[in-house]
Amino acid sequence: MTLFRPRTGGILVLAAIIALVPLGLGNGYFYDVAVNAMFSAIVCIGLNLLIGYGGQISLGHAGFFALGAYGSAILTGRYEVPPLAALVLSAGAVALIAFVLGRPILRLKGHYLAMATLGIGIIIHIVLKTESGLTGGPDGLALGDFTLFGLSVSGERDWYWMAGGVLLLAVWLSLNLIDSPLGRALRAVHGSEAGAEAAGVDSSGTKVRVFVISAVFASVAGSLFAHKNGFITPDIGSFFHSAELVTMVVLGGMASTFGALVGAVILTLLPQVLASFEQYEAMILGAIMMGTMIFMPKGLLPSLAGLIRRWRGER
Amino acid sequence: MGGFVRWRAVILGVAWACAGIGGAIASEPIRIGSFLSVTGPASFLGEPEKKTLELYVERANREGGVLGRRIELIIYDDGGAGEKAATFAKRLADSDKVDVLIGGTTTGTTMAAVPMAERAKVPLISLAAGIPIIDPVKPWVFKVPHTDRMAAEKVILDMKKRGITRIALISEDAGFGKSGHDQSVAVARENGIEIVADEVYSAKDPDVTAQLTKIKNTQGVQAVFNFGSGQGPAIVTRNFRQLGMSVPLYQSHGVASKEYIRLAGDAAEGVRLPAAGLVVAAQLPATDPQKPVVTAFKAEYERAFKSDVSTFAGHPYDALQIVLAAINRAGGTDKAKLREEIEKTSGYIGTAGTVTMSPTDHMGLSPSAFHMVEIRKGDWVLLD
Repeated sequence: MTLFRPRTGGILVLAAIIALVPLGLGNGYFYDVAVNAMFSAIVCIGLNLLIGYGGQISLGHAGFFALGAYGSAILTGRYEVPPLAALVLSAGAVALIAFVLGRPILRLKGHYLAMATLGIGIIIHIVLKTESGLTGGPDGLALGDFTLFGLSVSGERDWYWMAGGVLLLAVWLSLNLIDSPLGRALRAVHGSEAGAEAAGVDSSGTKVRVFVISAVFASVAGSLFAHKNGFITPDIGSFFHSAELVTMVVLGGMASTFGALVGAVILTLLPQVLASFEQYEAMILGAIMMGTMIFMPKGLLPSLAGLIRRWRGER
Repeated sequence: MGGFVRWRAVILGVAWACAGIGGAIASEPIRIGSFLSVTGPASFLGEPEKKTLELYVERANREGGVLGRRIELIIYDDGGAGEKAATFAKRLADSDKVDVLIGGTTTGTTMAAVPMAERAKVPLISLAAGIPIIDPVKPWVFKVPHTDRMAAEKVILDMKKRGITRIALISEDAGFGKSGHDQSVAVARENGIEIVADEVYSAKDPDVTAQLTKIKNTQGVQAVFNFGSGQGPAIVTRNFRQLGMSVPLYQSHGVASKEYIRLAGDAAEGVRLPAAGLVVAAQLPATDPQKPVVTAFKAEYERAFKSDVSTFAGHPYDALQIVLAAINRAGGTDKAKLREEIEKTSGYIGTAGTVTMSPTDHMGLSPSAFHMVEIRKGDWVLLD
């Protein structure tokens, strides 16, 4: 199972999947859903570093996603900053915000950390909704195409390859990060903070760094998403979006980069597939989620991997 | 997980087949796609919109469809979220291959779908009020409801007529109220009316006595104008009377439903507001060209759903009639031709008013679409 071997193997499989999927995509709508799934996956891969590996919860990541989106929209629209520079500047600003907020917040644990991050997300959402002079308020804000070295990315197909490339980059970064000294320190902190500190790990510094990294992942995905849609509303920063992102990570499998990816893809596709079931959609979705939580508490991918391993071992 | 609630409604012309003219169903159906905020914070708009669309598409099919073709209606619920509206609009255009789009319910969901409609070249008729939808004019985008500016103009001109020059504004701090507030400030300035107090409240505030007390203590306020929708204006009205304020109270068209009178009770007596013909159908003079249209729509809606009709329910009716008439004139569903015919809509009398569109006006309503009404004895009384 190359898919479950870290680094190179998994990335190659993913690249092949990304290259092959367009063969089955009939029209622009399918491309659009695929692109949305990949953007969600990028956020979830970042969030998984924090939740899955770091053992810290964040119910406010939609806020960072929205900040990236609005940063790009405001910088390109109002100040005519080139889109790529706007993306980088927004990500920088988000990193700074996450760093400043992360210091005090990550001292909290469990429910308190959940509440604090929830609060950040809600505050960002309220600011986006009410500062209408800058953000356009609840009616939203329009922005232009993304340009890269003079080439304009427009249309679903362009965006598919763009999102695919960024997704591969995100996976590669995540896989490397986990095996870096920071990743090992992070896993140690997850296991036992006191133990990690006894071994010389700066636990609060490690948590803050990962919080910042995951916020930057969200911000970059937000910027790209905003350019892809051409129009954004404050809803992208709502609590429901934050909860959706956490659900993707938990469903797909915590502490598994590809698990987060699979969770994001499934939870983006499911509502679209189930839309034909009319009012039964919510019930079916709920049943799938509950079933996964009860029978696969570790999440989809790790549970399946464990199952396969056990089945092989028995033979 | 309310955001996941989404469904699809496909109304088949069953009744039509039963009527025995099934043999005529030779050609492709006409596909109308709609994305509405049936759930979420804007559901009080989206829900009646959906019901109206379904009711009238079914009715059109019973009467033989358009150009001998059945109408297929596909509705998705965007839950009030812009990015979901964008995805569903794309799905309707690319996957369901609809001929025309009706929706979004709110300015935000409409604007989120606008870039797609413009790129895919599908006519889009919005049910939202915001001016940005049609200004600047976008070739493929139209809208049916009045703008907030028209309501503000109607109120400010009524004040001017009564010799009122110094007013206080109190408005909801987001969305409809915020946009209405900004328009009111601009219109008041143009008409030489001074705003001496400007207060805001949130949609969920249970009490606005503090803001109103401030207005009460401001010298020289001759009238108070409240811009908002939902329960906020009813609370403003009740607090206004509790404080014993005696200057005239004006409301926006956002409260033009019986629900407001029910919520505000006796406090609503004497409140003035601009309302579309639909709300005051019974009071319209027999000579008013809108009278038969709005009376028939009101009766049909209230018989089918056993609930009071609101202005919002009329918007999809107007959008559908404009689209069906344009398809008739275009003799088919070629999108470019259809767009052109929608733009040529002229003298259509609907629930919102008389619509005459042009290449520079994709709404086509004149300010006379609003009537000034006053609430007396729990009912509307037409002032002009």
